[in-house]
Order: sequence, then C-alpha cells, then structure tokens
Amino acid sequence: MSSNINRKKVMKKGIIRFIDIFKENKMGVLGFYIIVFFLLVAFVGPLIYSYNPQEFAKGGLIAPPTKEFPLGTDDMGRSILGALIYGAKVSLMIGIFATLISVFIGTFIGIVSGFAGGKFDSVLMRITDGFMVLPKLPLIMILAALLGSSTRNIIIVIGLTGWTGTTRLVRSQTLSVKQRPFIERAVSVGAGKGYIMFRHILPNVFPLVFSNTILVAAGAILTETTLSFLGLGNPLVPSWGQILRGAFTSGAVSIGAWWYFVPAGLCVILLVLGFTLLGYSFDEILNPKLRRY
Amino acid sequence: MSSIVDLKQLKVNFQIRQGFIKEVIKREKKIVKAVDNIDLSIKKGEILSLVGESGSGKTTTGRAILQLVEKTDGEILFDGKEINNKSNEYMKNFRKRAQMIFQDPYQSLNPKFMVIDIVAEPLQLMKIKVSEEEKIDKVVKALEFAGLRPGKDYLYRYPHELSGGQRQRVSIATCFIVSPDFIVADEPVSMLDASVRADIIKLFVEMKQKKNISFLFITHDLSLSWLISDRIAIMYLGKIVELGKADLIAGACRHPYSQALTSVLAVVGDRRKRKRIVLEGEIPSPINTPSGCRFHTRCPLAKEKCKIEEPKLREIEEEHYVACHYPEIIK
Amino acid sequence: MKNENILEVSNLKTYFKIKEGTVKAVDGISFSLKKGESLGLVGESGCGKTTTALSIIKLLADNGYIEDGKILFKDKDITKMTESEMLPIRWKDISIIFQGSMNALNPVMRVSDQIVEAIQLHENISDKEARERVTKLLELVNLDTGLIDSYPHEFSGGMRQRAMITMALACNPGLIIGDEPTTALDLMVQAQIIDLINDLRKKLDTSMIIITHDLSIITEICDRIAVMYAGKIAEIGTVQDVIFNYKHPYTEKLIKAFPNIYGEREMVESIPGFPPNLLDPQKGCLFADRCHKKIGEICEKVDPNLIKVGGKNHMVACHLWEGKDE
Repeated sequence: MSSNINRKKVMKKGIIRFIDIFKENKMGVLGFYIIVFFLLVAFVGPLIYSYNPQEFAKGGLIAPPTKEFPLGTDDMGRSILGALIYGAKVSLMIGIFATLISVFIGTFIGIVSGFAGGKFDSVLMRITDGFMVLPKLPLIMILAALLGSSTRNIIIVIGLTGWTGTTRLVRSQTLSVKQRPFIERAVSVGAGKGYIMFRHILPNVFPLVFSNTILVAAGAILTETTLSFLGLGNPLVPSWGQILRGAFTSGAVSIGAWWYFVPAGLCVILLVLGFTLLGYSFDEILNPKLRRY
Repeated sequence: MSSIVDLKQLKVNFQIRQGFIKEVIKREKKIVKAVDNIDLSIKKGEILSLVGESGSGKTTTGRAILQLVEKTDGEILFDGKEINNKSNEYMKNFRKRAQMIFQDPYQSLNPKFMVIDIVAEPLQLMKIKVSEEEKIDKVVKALEFAGLRPGKDYLYRYPHELSGGQRQRVSIATCFIVSPDFIVADEPVSMLDASVRADIIKLFVEMKQKKNISFLFITHDLSLSWLISDRIAIMYLGKIVELGKADLIAGACRHPYSQALTSVLAVVGDRRKRKRIVLEGEIPSPINTPSGCRFHTRCPLAKEKCKIEEPKLREIEEEHYVACHYPEIIK
Repeated sequence: MKNENILEVSNLKTYFKIKEGTVKAVDGISFSLKKGESLGLVGESGCGKTTTALSIIKLLADNGYIEDGKILFKDKDITKMTESEMLPIRWKDISIIFQGSMNALNPVMRVSDQIVEAIQLHENISDKEARERVTKLLELVNLDTGLIDSYPHEFSGGMRQRAMITMALACNPGLIIGDEPTTALDLMVQAQIIDLINDLRKKLDTSMIIITHDLSIITEICDRIAVMYAGKIAEIGTVQDVIFNYKHPYTEKLIKAFPNIYGEREMVESIPGFPPNLLDPQKGCLFADRCHKKIGEICEKVDPNLIKVGGKNHMVACHLWEGKDE
C-alpha cells in the first residue's frame, strides 16, 4: 500500500535523525556501549566460556586468579569469571523484566489517574503515596520471604514495588498534556476517554516514560543485587548479588580475597552507570527544555 | 426550523477554587457567571460573529454549544431539538454535524500525529467505513479544499514542519472532511500574520456559500467580523448587549459599549477625524458583576435606572436588538 | 555641533549561527531617528524587526552577532561597545518594553519595589527619592498611586503594561523601544495605552521605536514608518507618505490586508506564497516571487537599494521606482 510505504519512509527518517542527535551525546553513547558490552557478555559469553554452577571444587577454594581461573575461585571452588558471565544474564533479565512490569503499571495508573482527575485521582494518588512511603527493602524482603525466592518471584516483587516513581511522573505529565487544545479537539471530534488516553496522551507522554524506564532499570538491577546479597534470591541461580553474598558469608572480604567481590561489585556499578548515563542522555534529547544547542 | 442553533436563557457558571478552608468549612463559593442568561439563534447558512473583550463569555458560549463545557441552566437546541448529551448515539451524530476550529495553530494539533492521521481521525471515530484508498482520497480532497496543494505532499508531514497558516488549514480540512452543518470558529486567525488571514477566512465564506455551513465566528477583531459576517452579536461580561446586521458596526451601533468599541477601532489609512470614546477603567471582575446594567460603571450615559434594573435585549428596529434602557438618546 | 539625530543605524547586519548555517535575520538596514520622534518598525513574523531592536540594545541571543554596520546613539557607536560599556547605557539611555512583558514582572516582588530597583541599579539615589519618582511616574501613566505596593498578580493586563511603561521611563531615557506594546490587550485597553503613549510623546522628549505587526496602531502613535521584509527595509517615510502614498508592492499588500470598516465591504487580500528562508537567501529582491508588480528579470537578479521618491525623506527599495527617483 503506497501510503504505508510513505509512512514507513518518514518514520525511518525520524529514527535516523534521532540516532544522529544521539550520537552527539557522548554521555549517552558511553552508556550505550557499556550496556552493549554487558549484553554481549551475557549472551555470547556462555558460548565461549563454559561454566556449571553445580560443579564444585574444580579449583581451590577462594583461590586467587590463575591461568585456568582468570578471576580465581569462590568458596565452592567454582570459577568466578564464569559466575560473572552467567550472572550477567540473570541480573540483566531480572532487571529488565521487573522494569517492564513497574513501568507498565506506573504508566497505566499515571495516565488514568491524571486524566480522570477529581476524587478518583486523589484516592489513587494517596494509595501511590502510601506505597512510596513504605520502606521498600523490608517490604520486598517480606514479600520475597512469603512467596519464596524463585527468580520469577523476585521479578514480580521488584516490579510490584517499583512503579510509584513512574506513576507520579506520568501523572504530572498527563495533567499538563490534558490541558493542551488538541485534546479538546479530539473530544470535539467524538473521541472517547479511552481513545484519548492511549491514542493522544500516551504518545506525548511516551518520551518521558522511555527515559524514565531506563533509569528505573538501573534501580531494578541494584535492587536485585541487594536482594540476592541479603539471601533472598535463589542460591542456585548465579547472579552478581549471589557472588557478593558468597564473598561476604565466606569471609572472603576479611581475608582480602579481592577477586571474589571486587569484580562483581565493579560489574554492578558499571552496568547501573551505563543505564543511568543512557537514561539521562535520553532525558536531555527528548526533553527540549534541557537541550543544549 | 430555519435555525441551526438556538440558545434560550443560557447560563454557564464556573466555580473558582479557593482552598480547603473556604470551600469546605466556610462554604463560601466564588462563582464566575461566564455566560449569564443569553438568547441567540444562529440561522442556517449564516455566519454570525460573537464579538467581545476578555471576560465577555464569547468563548464559553461556543464551547457550551459544542458540549465541551457543561451548561448550568437554559436550553441549547441544535436543529430544533435539545442536545441530548447522555446518549452516545445522539452525540456521535452531533459531533459529525457540529465541529470546532481552535485558536492556537501551534497547540491544537497533536504533535505526534502525521497530517493524514489528523485529518482522517474524524472518519475513524465516527466509524465511517472507507477503504484505505478512499480514505487517502478524501483526506487529499479536504486538504486541497483548505488550500494545501498538492494535497498528497502534506499527508506524511508532522505539524512542526508546517507554518501557522498551514496548520490552521489542516484544522479546517479536519472539519471539512465530515461535511458538518455547523462550525464554531474560535479566534481562528488571531495568531496568524495579517497577510495570511484573508485566505483562511475566505475559506469560511466559501464553505458557507458552497455547502451551506453555518458559522459561529468568535473574535475580538471587530473589523474582521464586519468583513465576513451576516450578523454580529456584541457581548459584555456574559451578556449580549447588541445584535444586528454586520454593517451596524461601521457607525450605526446603539449601545454605548458598542459605540465606544467601534469608535476606538484603529483603521489603517483612516483620514477622518472621528471621535474616539475611550472608556475609563477596566472590565469589572466577573465574580462581582455590577448591579443592574453591567456596563453602568463605565457608561458615559449611565442614569439612576441603569444601576438598579438590568436592561433586556429588545428589538429597537428590524433585526436590530439592543440591551439598554436609553438607546434612543445615543446617535 | 550636536547631531539632531539621537539614533543613526547604518547598514546594520545581524546574523545568527545555527547548526545548518547562518541566518541573515537583518541584512543591511539603515534609518535615523530624531530627538522626540517616534518611528514604527512594521512587518510580519520573521522580518527582523525584533532582532533590530535587540541589536540596538545589544541583548542578542548567544548565537547572534552584529556582522556589519554602525549604530550611532548620541554620536557613539554602540556596535563597538563591550558589555561593560553597554551596561550604563542600557535602561538609563535606552530602555525596552518587551513583547508580553506584562508577564515579565517578578511575581514575588511588589511592583513599586521592582521599579525602585530598576532606578537604583542605574542611579545613586536614596530609597525615598526613588519612591517619589515612582509615584510621579505612575501619575504620568494614569495608574492609581494607592496601588503601587501591590503584587503583579493583583494587577490586570492593562495595568501591568502601564507598570512596564513606568519601568521603562524610570531613568528618563532618551530612547524607548516598545516591542508589540499593545498586542494581547483588549481593544479598549489598547485604546487607553495608545492614548497614553501619545500623551507621553507630547509631554516628554523621549524618542520611540515601536515595533508591531499591526499597521492600524502605527498610524495612531508614530511619526514615521519603516516597513520591513525578510531582514531589509522595503519602504520608509512619514506615516502620511507610506500609508497614503505607498510605493512598494509589499506595503500595498500589507495595507490592503487590514479591513477598513469605513470603506467598501470587499474581501481583503492575502499575499500568496511564504516569506523566504533567511538561512540562505536567494539573490535579487526577496519579495520577487510573491510580488504582483514584478517587472522582470532584474527583480530576481538584483537586490534593490533604497532610493528617494519624494515626500519628506520617503524612500523605497524597489526596481519599479528606479529612474523615477529624485
């Protein structure tokens, strides 16, 4: 259909323009490469370096780096490099899926509440505030303890507690978009409430949601690491938090076995940094008020 | 019925938010009577201008007719029948027949939509079944009618790629595509350059002549309304003070406010030493409207009766209505 | 002997650097202003009138710069001045009322304090003296002096505009620039402000440059008019000459775009086409492709210069009148 071809051409041009602008944002590009690096580690790494968490005592226990074990071994004699590589996938997956849940809930509630206004909005916002005020970590710990510590449950728990920031953001943006004349026009042309919310308001709120999502992901990865560190994760599934837990509980920290906790810690910091840089750069690009000429 | 819209004793009030204590505990209500008891009929195929300064209620009137703002009291009849905004069936039909053109070309189009989506949206919302090709054809025709030629060059553009005048034309195309019977145009050209305005308002005249579309043309620009309207209604603080044929305002007004307003109209190349009646002070607050005739606080000819009794809109000569106790005196 | 012209602009060129290149917002304009005279700078969006004003007061955006030309204010060339040399001149000698300046008042400061602040930034006088001056000025602009200690949100739009005019007058400048002083005001308030400006013209010796797109108010408050198009002056002269004896086709079209309710009720005309892109302006007259009186190739190839066409210093930049000049 010629109209679809034209439409696709124009959209492609828009994406290319966006990429050009993005390329100039050094902060964003750095963040992007960091994330790509870890994605490669997570998905290509296991194909290159094999690691089985069930095989114990392959090397010594908490042994320093050697040629066979480039980052030494943990308290069960398993390769730490291997744990890092396989753990990357877990940390990333949990982080991303939990984020998707949070953002989905947050955006939905934000738009509906902001658009509806009135008492409905007030009530929803009070509930959101309640959630926000609850100390996150104890809540997550209780839920994790109640539901059991499978990977799936961790994702759900992080997802269900991380939506409040997104909600507030989306709601305030919705309130502002709601006032603009084109919304009134949509009403005058016969649009219903649902249509307006998701066909008119959402696309205008989306850029904000997008950059916010990336920042939420940074937080989710950090939360997962913390949970695993505290022992609420699945001990059979290797993640960076688990590595750190192992380092802590086995006393590796006190004996100065840096290869056990430093690489894992660095990975967490780097990945979170990557997401943060990318998120802020998107914010700068998509929010015209922040743009520097 | 030869009217497309009838307003009978229409009232639209707004409540101003005052803060928790005043509203809930003291139960003090501050009400703005934006539109206060007006009667007006818009004939089929006519362009009627609603003219006034800020606070006159002209914009609220337009919005109330199109059900974008809720009326507080009175009746709004569309094509002889009262508007039933509870019925989805009725409203769908109403929205097809009554459209609006907005003032701000920079904010009245969704920046994320392409022109083709904007113009085709009414078709989609009113569930008018067309094939993809028919849809494009209709959109192109609407765009070309609105002066964007060749239409197909504009289909895949975004609003930010267009000038103010072009965006207004897109708005007009959006109205035109469903062949409405009635259009409310709210200051459609006030944000455009003078040299671009003429083309846009010419489109309105064309729509009226070719398709018998009726217009409510809301503006503060008296000279523009004179140019294209059949009749003009002048509003002040929520009331209609004068209503009559368009060429009234070239010096034949009878209400003191209309007289003052038309006398201060600056005209390019006007050599006549005409008398300017510059009123003192500002328009009173719509929250505490003056007693009796709203205009008495600034009227150069106010008398005792004006402070006490509100004048009704009455016919003083054929097709010429004035709301004043002493219109005979002024000349 | 002192020049009777308070301002002389010669061949001013102000450009803006953007990613895609250089925008020639103002491209060679010249005009002069006598003491006490009021000049209207008229044109549509993008013609360069606001940029001209900002060049005179040197408040251009970071990417704007004066490429060429001279601006002589009281015989001193402003274009060569540094920011620190400009500071004492700004507001004390040349003040400006920005477009939409009604919203430029600080909402958390009382109006009187803001005007006093403006004065004390430029003159070393006591609070008491400054307040006295403010009171006198408010009387001049017809603002109730009892209200001077109010906050801006307690003022209406018209009153805020008067407050802005007061601030502009506060240091008794030789030149005031008003950028769209009556836009966004109600018709009656516009009339009041027009009367006020005319009153001030009579009482004070201040020269004025009024920038607007509204030709109808220019005739009420200006002595002379300069019609700008695409960064250049198309026509300049007294109000009498330019409005009643126009020579440039653009001036003609602009005048005819405003309905005259005392004349025939015939539809006004638009100007076909769009204003040119000033990023890479083409050669020749920039109005050529929209001109209904184009005479031929010369219009497309050669940029017309301002030439005298009689009257009182009436000049036009159009090939139509070449050879007929005096």
